[in-house]
Amino acid sequence: MSDVIEERVETAAPEPEAAVQVTGLTHRFGDHVAVDNLDLTVRKGASFGLLGPNGAGKTTTLRVLNTLYPPQAGSVRIFGLDVRTQAMAVRRMLGYVPQQLSIEGALTGRENVTWFARLFDVPRRERAERVAEVLAIVELTEAADRLAGTYSGGMVRRLELAQALVNRPALLVLDEPTVGLDPVARDSVWARVQDMQRRYGMTVLLTTHYMEEADALCDQVVLMHHGTLRASGTPDELKNALGPDASLEDVFRHYTGESLVSPEKGGLRDVRSTRRTASRMG
Amino acid sequence: MSAVPAAPPRAWAEPRYRSVTRLFSRIVTFCLVELQKLRHDRSELITRAIQPILWLVIFGETFTRIRAIPTGNVPYLDYLAPGVIAQSALFISIFYGIQIIWERDAGILTKLLVTPTPRSALVAGKAFAAGVRTIAQTIVVLVVAALLGVGLTWNPLKLLAVLVVVVLGSAFFSCLSMTIAGLVLRRERLMGIGQAITMPLFFASNALYPVNVMPVWLRAISHCNPLTYEVAALRGLLIGQATTYWLDFVVLVAAAVAGICAAAALLGRLAR
Repeated sequence: MSDVIEERVETAAPEPEAAVQVTGLTHRFGDHVAVDNLDLTVRKGASFGLLGPNGAGKTTTLRVLNTLYPPQAGSVRIFGLDVRTQAMAVRRMLGYVPQQLSIEGALTGRENVTWFARLFDVPRRERAERVAEVLAIVELTEAADRLAGTYSGGMVRRLELAQALVNRPALLVLDEPTVGLDPVARDSVWARVQDMQRRYGMTVLLTTHYMEEADALCDQVVLMHHGTLRASGTPDELKNALGPDASLEDVFRHYTGESLVSPEKGGLRDVRSTRRTASRMG
Repeated sequence: MSAVPAAPPRAWAEPRYRSVTRLFSRIVTFCLVELQKLRHDRSELITRAIQPILWLVIFGETFTRIRAIPTGNVPYLDYLAPGVIAQSALFISIFYGIQIIWERDAGILTKLLVTPTPRSALVAGKAFAAGVRTIAQTIVVLVVAALLGVGLTWNPLKLLAVLVVVVLGSAFFSCLSMTIAGLVLRRERLMGIGQAITMPLFFASNALYPVNVMPVWLRAISHCNPLTYEVAALRGLLIGQATTYWLDFVVLVAAAVAGICAAAALLGRLAR
């Protein structure tokens, strides 16, 4: 364990002004330790990538950050707010897109986004305009009044980005944003995320196990494995530390001793849920 | 598209609504979503209307002729109509938990749970959204009953009170369904349990026959069944049969509140 910490390119230092400050976070499911004493700092305005294979503890970490699971041990602060005691205030600042493609197919795209605008208390006089604005950002204006059940996987993901943006979040949390999407849909989602960050200057925190996604979207990454943090830094720092031709995939192999695609404990559950989503969305 | 500046962080942190206002706002939101879903797919309104119509036309007309059930001076069909309204509301609500399991499987519940919506407000919203569905059903049954010549009240205030009673009843039974959903977590099991308890709830109430013709043990059960109070209030409002309104309303409101608390407490299990 100690040598792993020494190998970190950058250690997490407490920063009161950080967008996300995680200290000593541990989360268990029964006997299984999903997240083990994790320290993490995301600075404001960063594009932060949480990398690791299935079962590394990425999703669990996100679910503690977005107040879905109360922290069992350690502390998590979002823009200085404690997720344990100020959960409602934290939620107002968050936009969240879960791993699974999840929209209400029996409503139109516009109704799906308006639903979330209401749940985030967007004032009535601004609501229609705000909904139209985020639908335009994700290029769904033309399809907005069609039932979302008729959307393709890429359109569903873009609609979810619109839902997550409608409250103008300070922190956008994306859990495996492009898993199960074809390359064209994936590029489109990446472009939208970059566009939104330029536009709003928000902090983006995403998990992925696609190294190219981390390379394209993130200016800061950490590698997670078996619930612990193995390395952190900019993608270039991590690659350069290994040699001139190293890829992020090589970095991953170096720090974990495993390939990204190897099945991990808990990995099968993720695979099943992804397959279920894929079959549901056709 | 011009660039939109991000609002200062303190705008997110400030609680803009008091909890009662927020609860009301969430209930309205979920009811609106339910209405939008109904507008996009009206077929359910029609298919759901078939069963109550059969109860009224076949069961009601037949038992009116047989005169097997003592209902005093009231024709049996008139006596039955409020019972069928309560029954059709029960049948819709008792399977409402399937929706929350579907939303859980589809990942929607996770997203709802990370909006600034307390779990009790989310459950209350869903409970009253179930009520919206049953209101549509109630109107269909009222029209059919009127066509069959049932002597219903046309006092608009009483009809409004009928809708309130139906919504309160549905809020309880949909929360019962969401509570079971939180316990069993799977659609198939909820379907099975829903089917197992619907008929006992229906028969152990005054929906089809007066409580005083029941054996003592069944009478005791029916007094613990919120459906009995729902039917009593509906019968009082629609055909003028004597009932203790304050007791009916207190039981229905208390049952709905207890149901919301129980379902909200188990919602966390669905989020895992």
